[in-house]
Amino acid sequence: MKIKTLLGATALATLPISAGVGFAQDLPACDNCADSMVLMSWGGAYQASQVAAYAEPYSALTGVTITWDEGSNEAVAKMRAASEAGNMTYDLVDVEGPDAQRACDEGLAVEIDFDAALAPGDDGSTPTDDFGTSGSIINDCFVPQIVFSTTFGYRTDVAEWNGATPDSLCAIFDLETFPGMRALEGRPKKNLEWALLCDGVAKDDLYDVLSSDGGVERALAKLDTIRDNVVWWSAGAETPQLLADGEVVIGSTYNGRLFSAIVEQNQPIAMLWDWQVFDYDGWVVPEGLDDARMNRVMHFLNFATDTQRLADQAKYISYGPARGSSQPLVSTHATLGIEMAPHMPTNPANQQNFLVNNIEWWADNQDEVEAIFQNWLAR
Amino acid sequence: MTDPSASGPVLSADGLPLRRSLNRALRRQKLRAFLLIAPLLVFVLVTFLAPIGDMLFRSVENQIVSNTLPRTVVALSDWDLASDTRPDDAAYHALAHDLVIATELKTHTRLGTRLNYEASGMSSLFRSTGRDVEDFGEAVSKALNALDPAWGTPATWFDMLGDPAWKDAQASWAASGNRNGEPAFRLADTARDALPRTAELYASFAQITQEVNGRSLTRQDPWHLVADTLIEEIKATPTAAAAFAGDHARRLAAVAQADLPRADFVAAFGDSNDRWLTPEPWAVIALYAAPYTPGYFLNAIDLGKTPQGIAPRPVDEQVYIVLFLRTLWLSLTITALCLLLGYPVSWLLANLPARQANLLMILVLLPFWTSLLVRTSAWKVLLQRQGVINDILVWIGLISDDGRLVMINNQLGTVIAMTHILLPFMILPLYSVMKTIPPSYMRAAKSLGANDWSAFWRVYFPQSVPGIAAGSILVFILAIGYYITPELMGGARGVFISNRIAYHIGTSLNWGLAAALGTMLLVVVLVLYWVYDRFVGVKNVKFG
Repeated sequence: MKIKTLLGATALATLPISAGVGFAQDLPACDNCADSMVLMSWGGAYQASQVAAYAEPYSALTGVTITWDEGSNEAVAKMRAASEAGNMTYDLVDVEGPDAQRACDEGLAVEIDFDAALAPGDDGSTPTDDFGTSGSIINDCFVPQIVFSTTFGYRTDVAEWNGATPDSLCAIFDLETFPGMRALEGRPKKNLEWALLCDGVAKDDLYDVLSSDGGVERALAKLDTIRDNVVWWSAGAETPQLLADGEVVIGSTYNGRLFSAIVEQNQPIAMLWDWQVFDYDGWVVPEGLDDARMNRVMHFLNFATDTQRLADQAKYISYGPARGSSQPLVSTHATLGIEMAPHMPTNPANQQNFLVNNIEWWADNQDEVEAIFQNWLAR
Repeated sequence: MTDPSASGPVLSADGLPLRRSLNRALRRQKLRAFLLIAPLLVFVLVTFLAPIGDMLFRSVENQIVSNTLPRTVVALSDWDLASDTRPDDAAYHALAHDLVIATELKTHTRLGTRLNYEASGMSSLFRSTGRDVEDFGEAVSKALNALDPAWGTPATWFDMLGDPAWKDAQASWAASGNRNGEPAFRLADTARDALPRTAELYASFAQITQEVNGRSLTRQDPWHLVADTLIEEIKATPTAAAAFAGDHARRLAAVAQADLPRADFVAAFGDSNDRWLTPEPWAVIALYAAPYTPGYFLNAIDLGKTPQGIAPRPVDEQVYIVLFLRTLWLSLTITALCLLLGYPVSWLLANLPARQANLLMILVLLPFWTSLLVRTSAWKVLLQRQGVINDILVWIGLISDDGRLVMINNQLGTVIAMTHILLPFMILPLYSVMKTIPPSYMRAAKSLGANDWSAFWRVYFPQSVPGIAAGSILVFILAIGYYITPELMGGARGVFISNRIAYHIGTSLNWGLAAALGTMLLVVVLVLYWVYDRFVGVKNVKFG
């Protein structure tokens, strides 16, 4: 099943290439550019969507060799190591918003002039306005690609629940109505916010409470109530697997992962969109590239983040494009042919309650809170 | 020359002294031997010793504090850490100076992260103050502009302080209309002599603006700190104005006369975050100011430096001793289980007829040749709640469906999977030692009246001890540094110290602590090896 899907995806991936010849003339020439690039991304279905939507078309048009490194979950560490060694081995790095903030703060990523470097939207809007509509511009280094959300999936066939289905986030903390194991990420981000929301804190007060004395401890105390029933994951693919195996009955992960478990693999799993947390994923250009590599990267970046390319990506994975002008172009799944819009985190029916990751708070407090959380976890 | 045959050295066939030609032959032999091992030596040096040396170095290296805050470190050197009062105003001034530069270079966030390893809250403190520090002393610049609007033009500053030759080069660059390539700023000697501190400060501003930010001096107002330093210096030595030409002298004289406000850095830091008005953050900076620190090692055993000396860290931060003990305890358990399970198998292997023994050997070796990840994943499938073992137990009615055993994501899972994975490392050395014990010894013992047990215990077992020793030390040393199996099977409470090291390398980026933990792990293994040598004797270890 999975292999079939993959084959289908590659077969279809060739389509945009042949279609792409039409705009080959539009692709500006690249002077003094390197003829190969190393891109770092997340591997799996997400990287496959990037390959299909823009890396392969770009290689076909320009003949540039693109090598992938699947190291994004440790992107900042790898960039820092490369920068300390004085040999930046990556040309373009795919990171989540908070990591982009960190790389930018530490001077590991270069600042990018959006309006000069990126393509304007199909609707004529400037890149700044176009990305701005989705609120995805979070700092000067980060070129966003997608909006994704972290949300919950639950098994639809749990006998102990006696027919009850979770319709609110706080079902996670309700061991009486919804007994069974949960899967949560072994990181503080999102978990603390969810714990406080279910501890009676209003959405607007979340970060005030977290900043106050004892705020983090309050969230951890709430998590303590279910701690013995939690499996902690570190990779987004673990939760769908645990759900499919029946090891957990409810668990958090990235919405695209649940989408493939539910729609592509027909598992008895349903989405719980309540209080999904939005986050952005995008590119940063590492500091320390020579001119030829920098020119090539900027040339690619301009192509890979234009309106059509970002909309194309949504054919392969249920993450929303970060450009406002790409939204109307989101169409159907590349192989299954289903409408993608209802599966997007940004679909109005899915976002009655939602949070947006407070990047600034997390950038400031990540070090502290992460240390407290990991110590809590290790004890 | 005398006759060589009379008293000279013995000569070889080619007429050279025999000793020399022997030496030459030996040297050639040695060189050849050295060249033969050279690739391995270089390989070991480059891939093993150098990284270990680098790791040891990182665990004490701490230059980031004195590199990022050089002036603050000096200003704090005579502040009494243990006092309840904050340091004097000079320290605030020095920190403002250091931080203005650090934020331009973006090194303040790294420093905050570094100091946060020692005291929670330092990271956010440096990040938030780093955002504000640019505006510290803004009132001073404003007052200066109000006195004479010329101070608000960047050109006034570099014209006043720049070297005449540089000014010419800069002017022709400006006329060329080029956007890049402004000549690097050079101070005029007269300016450096007249207003040394202002001149140096402006020079560092110019260097950062041009080299780091790639901007032109014509577009950048100097830091407020430059204005503040200028006022301070010219008021102290009003005569310095005479060293400058025309308008500059007039403007400087006016500054010397005027009643201008001065930057209040204490208030500015206090406004940014009131924690700066307490001694705590200053104490952390002062405690970790030295370029080399035992801090990471203290951290690795749940201690920390305080103004009162070395003290245990807060209870909710104490994790490493627990993790070390857990790693030791679980590794010992795994070693004991391997021995318990491996001994009979090895005995069978050594004593069965060749046909059966070979078959058994293949059964031992097959999993040994299988990928570690595959075996670990297989255990996941077997042990999980909806897994094979639980399903069978439920099916035969030993446990109920809601009473399924939890055998994964805890210590039990780690122990089961690691015992299986490390078992061949116990069986193989045991087998090769047992193979050398002649079966006739046991028969002789029995024929002399020993029963089965005492024949085994007093004759066979002592001879197998070298194998036990070899297997145990191999399994134990492998277990203590294991990473992937605990990571996948151990959940939150079944992980080892190596998982924590990996976390600090990859996620928290606390490489110093990771290095210290790794060094300690190395030391623990070496100490245990030494203890082992004393009691068992490494000479007794036999791998066959």
